[in-house]
Formats: sequence, C-alpha cells, structure tokens
Amino acid sequence: MSTRRLLTITALAIIAIGIVSIVWIRAPRLTSRATPRAAAAPSPTAPAPPGRKIKARLFYVADDGMRLTGVERDIAYGEGATEQAREIVAAQIAPVVEPLVSAVPAGTSVRAVFLTEGGEAYVDLSREVMSAHPGGTLNELLTVYTIVNALTVNLPAVTSVQVLVDGKEVDTLAGHIDLRQPLAKNLSWVQ
Amino acid sequence: MNFRAIPRLLTVATLAISITLAAALSSQSPPSPSLTILSRDGRRAIPIAMLGDQEFVALDDLTTLFQLTVREDTLGAVTVSYKGKTIVLTPDQALASVSGRLVSLPAPPSRNGRRWLVPSEFISRALALIYDTRLDLRKPSRLLVVGDLRVPRLTARYESLSPSAARLTIDANPRALSTVTQDADHITVKFDADALDAANPLLPAQPAPSLVTGVRIADPTALAVDLGPRFAGFKSTSTTVDSTQRLVLDVIGLVQTDASQPQPAPPATAAQPAPPEIPPAFGQSASAIHTIAIDAGHGGDDEGVHSADGAKEKDLTLTVARRVRAIIEARLGLRVLLTRDDDRNVPIDERTALANNNKADLFVSLHANGSMRPTTTGAAILCAAFDKDAAQAASAGGAERLPTFGGGSRDIEMVPWDLAQTRHLAQSERFAELLQQQFHDRVPMASRPIDRAPLRVLESANMPAVLIELGYLTNAEQAKLLTNDAFQNAAVQSIFDAIVRFRDTLTPGGTQ
Repeated sequence: MSTRRLLTITALAIIAIGIVSIVWIRAPRLTSRATPRAAAAPSPTAPAPPGRKIKARLFYVADDGMRLTGVERDIAYGEGATEQAREIVAAQIAPVVEPLVSAVPAGTSVRAVFLTEGGEAYVDLSREVMSAHPGGTLNELLTVYTIVNALTVNLPAVTSVQVLVDGKEVDTLAGHIDLRQPLAKNLSWVQ
Repeated sequence: MNFRAIPRLLTVATLAISITLAAALSSQSPPSPSLTILSRDGRRAIPIAMLGDQEFVALDDLTTLFQLTVREDTLGAVTVSYKGKTIVLTPDQALASVSGRLVSLPAPPSRNGRRWLVPSEFISRALALIYDTRLDLRKPSRLLVVGDLRVPRLTARYESLSPSAARLTIDANPRALSTVTQDADHITVKFDADALDAANPLLPAQPAPSLVTGVRIADPTALAVDLGPRFAGFKSTSTTVDSTQRLVLDVIGLVQTDASQPQPAPPATAAQPAPPEIPPAFGQSASAIHTIAIDAGHGGDDEGVHSADGAKEKDLTLTVARRVRAIIEARLGLRVLLTRDDDRNVPIDERTALANNNKADLFVSLHANGSMRPTTTGAAILCAAFDKDAAQAASAGGAERLPTFGGGSRDIEMVPWDLAQTRHLAQSERFAELLQQQFHDRVPMASRPIDRAPLRVLESANMPAVLIELGYLTNAEQAKLLTNDAFQNAAVQSIFDAIVRFRDTLTPGGTQ
C-alpha cells in the first residue's frame, strides 16, 4: 500500500467519523420534533403496536355556540410526550360530522409539534387555520382554546401552548387573540 | 256717632268687600279647559266639556271656526258638511261615516240641550279627512294646529351633573332650529317657528342652589332659561335625532371651596357673608375625560366576519364608529379619534399607538362577532386578560431616572408596551359594566355579556379599554338587526350614555 493510498483512507475515515459524530449529536433534537415524516417512520426504539389507542378529551363548539364542550374520544397512541401531543392535535383538528362542530377551520393540518422542558408546547399549523378562518372574536377564541385546552387538559406536562402558522409566529389568527406568547389552559371557555 | 268718620268707614268697607270678592274669585275652581286653535289668522280658544274622562267640543264652535254646515234629520242623525263632503254622526254610536267610510270615535256624540258635543278626536279622525287644510290635533297639550304652521312640541330635561355643572336638554319635535343668547339673568332660546307647543313653565322651578332655576315661555316663539346666582357660563350644542332637534345647554357654575380651604368663623349673625367661592376658568372642563379613541375593527382587505347576505364587519364597525364620534363631539364637545375613517387596513399596534400617543382617556374597539353555530346571538363586551406572571411583572415595573433636555433628570415610569392595559383593568371592567347597563333593553345581549380574553388590540392600551361585539353577523336575524338604522342608533346611544356615566364616575363631585 502506497503512502498516498494510506492518506486517502485516513482522510475518508476522519470524514466518516465526523459525519457519524454530527448525526449522533443532532439525533435527540431531530427525534424530539414530531414531523409528519418522523411520525410515519417506525420508531427505532419502541415501535407502537398498530391500532393502540388512548382516551383523550377533545373540544368542539357547544350547541349554543358560545363555548366549547369536551368529548371523550379514542385517539392514536404516540410514543413519548411529543409524539402524543402531535397525535392529540391531529385528532383534534380532524374533520368531524354533525352534531359535532369543530372550531378549527376545515383543511387545517398539523405541520409539527415541539415541546420544551418548561412545559410549553408549540403547535405549527398549516396556513388554512388563518386563510379559511371565518373571523369573529368568539370564533377565534374557540379556535385557539380548542388547541390550547386539547394539549393542556390531556398532557399534564404541557402547561401552555403557542400556535404557529406555516412555521412562523403570528400576531393573531383573525385579528383578535394575541398569539405572540404561549397561552395557558383556560376552561372558562369550556361548558 | 261721629259723622266725620263715615267716609273712612265707607273706604274700609269697600276695601273689605273687594278683598272678599277677590278671595272668593281666586278660590273658585280652576278655569274650565279649552282647546287652543292656532292658524295663520291667529290664536283662538273654544271650550272643552268633560264628560267622564273624555274631552268634548261643541259642534257649533267647530261649525263657526271651519265654515261647516250641520243638519239634523228626523231620525236624529247629524250630518256635517264641508264643500260637498259629509260626515254622518249617529247618536249613541261611537262611529262616524266620513264620505262613506266608517271611522271610530272614543265616545258617541252627546246632546247638551240644543247643542251637540263631539269627542275632540272627531277633529283629527273625521273632520281632518274632509277639510282642505291640514288639521293637527295635539291632544296632550289641547292644541289644534290649522295649516302648515311650524309649531314644535318642546320637552325639557334637567340634570345636575355635579355641584358646578348641569345639563339642560330641550327637544323640539318636529325639528326647529334655535338661536341662543344670554341676557343678565337668563338665556333666551329663540326658535325658528310660528308658535311653540309647550307647557308653561316648561321646567318647574328648581331648588335654590340649582344653576338653572326654571324654563318658561318668554314669547310665542322663545323660551327663557332662568339662571341661579352661581351661574358662570354655558355652552350650547344642537343635534338632530330622527325627527327631533335636540339643544343641549351645558351650564357651569361657581364652586364652593373644599374642606381643605380655611373655613370662615361660624356666623355670629345671619348677616354674615357667604362662604368664599372660587370661580372656575370658563371653558376649562372639570371632566376626567378629554379624548376618546374609537376603533372601527378590521378594514381594507381584512373584512372581518361576513353575513350570509354579504354584510361585512369592517363596514358595520366604521358606520357605528362614525356615529359614535358624531354624537360625542356634538353633545359632549370631547375630542374623538377614529383609528380609521375610511376602508383601509390599519395594523393593530397603530390603532393602540394612536390612542396612547394622543393620551386618550378611553379606548373603545367596535366589532361584530361570528360563530360556527348560526343560532349564536347577542352582544358582548370584552376586556383584556393577562396571565398572572405578566400582570405581576407589569405592576412591579418601576420608575427609571432619565436625563432631561436642558440638564437635570427626572423619574420616568416605564410601562411595557404589551402590558400597558394591566394598570387599567379595574376601570375597563367598570366601563364594561356601565355599557352592559346601558345596552340592557336596547341591545340584545349574549348569555355572558361581559368576558375577558387576551385581546391584542386592548393589551397595549394605556387607558381604560373595552372591545364591543355588537352582535353576530353569522346569525341571519342578527345580521338584519345589525345593519338596521334604528338598531345602530340604539347601540350608539347606549355607548354614549355609558361614556357619560363613566365620565361622571371619574369626575370629582360626579355621580358615583
């Protein structure tokens, strides 16, 4: 083996070690972000049994339209708090049929959910939550607290929730409710 | 007997008889009522006869006044004719046949000796239909206006707002413009009218410390507002409310010194001078509210909620905001800022900044609501809500010493922009309660009429601030109501009344 070939192999080995190190260091952060792709891929550590469910309390517009009403539903089990948070949000914004009415505009999808060690959840929704919003202070309040309460009621580790849209912080959804800070659970908007 | 005393005795006796007669006359029952008839030819009166509670007039008197012909047939029916048109009255029937058409009367005609008496409503319900000139019977004031005379009906309301301020409101219906001039001890209000339909006095005598002691008719088209000794000045504003012309006289007066002033020694006699008085500078309002910011929600490409038939929240809020501005400026003379006066999108922070930078004393944001349920209904008033940490952080905020222009330094209180409202929440909620009270019976309210929410537009307001949701555009019935002129007037009047009451709670000496 020539010296030149030895140097090439050594350089490749160093590059490979660097790549592995980067992947190793970044891996925890990447796995804490429950993107749709990550959720679709089987978890390498503990794959959830297919069809496993948990009970969760989801929120819909009450009959009088003035408040939310809680409904017990079976939703998909998610491995870990972040994944479970994403499953809760996905179930919460899924289309429903009468007599249930959702306060989240149709067509809205969840892009990602992040949790912090401080108990804050960041829910990144698609732009339809704004573009398809019908407006009105009450509508907007119920939309926001549907998401906030769905996470804070079902996941004790989550104490407040901030809604992001298309990956960005927004002032409001429809001109009324301040979304620049995480909002705490508020059951005064629930019957 | 001393005959020289006879002339003196006769004088005394004559005086005594005169006094007795005068007393007897004055003790008689009040003069019998009469119906005053106003026309281009002048003023006349015909007697009114009371039968039970019903007022009657003699058909003969009407015949003379209006050149009628009256004929009684053998069956007792009475036919009243005017230029070929007829009214037939039948005894014992509360009906009249007017040119073949039946109209009801409150009572049947009644015979009094040889005279026929008819209910006074005969004039408006029957005679007016065949007469060729307009007959306008105003029963409460026993007045009949013949022809197109301008005779506004006047009503007055007097409110003592504080020991040094009062408001006199005079409504004229139909509308009549007026000019206001001040004389030594009274204000004259001269109406552009032919005559006035008003009680005299229009306002009963007020107790002694009152700034206005009464309102009386000074001449056929003018009122005199009598002023008390503490009167210092006044401001008049005139507005149109539907078919009424409203004149508001805001009167201010001298105020007494407060308890901290040295008090004069207790009066030794009743002739001691009155306690010292401090005349206020006229035009300098004692009100705690000088500027009000009205925020018309949404605008431009941000249209807000839509109703099924296309009404837009942004248009509704602008219309109502302009009306609120008009009524406040006209009747309170306060400065009103609109966050937008046209159809454009104004960023939320700019709306609050306009109020903060102009040191507004009150911020009112107007909106219409939307619900996913089409039946949701009712107006609501919202105040800002903050989480506990934010409120504590804001209240703990201290002063910072900063250099000032020209040397030296001063303590400037630092208020975080997003938390400015935390310091005003109690007053905002007080104003919300006053709004709810004024909306009651005038604007349909939601089941929870007052609520709190993290409202972006209120959080930075550095003054009492509320957001009013006038109703639901997503409810078909409410959408019709919200776009209705009468409803908007009621809502605007309610907001105005709440502002007046809120101002009074903040004004020293105002009603609490």
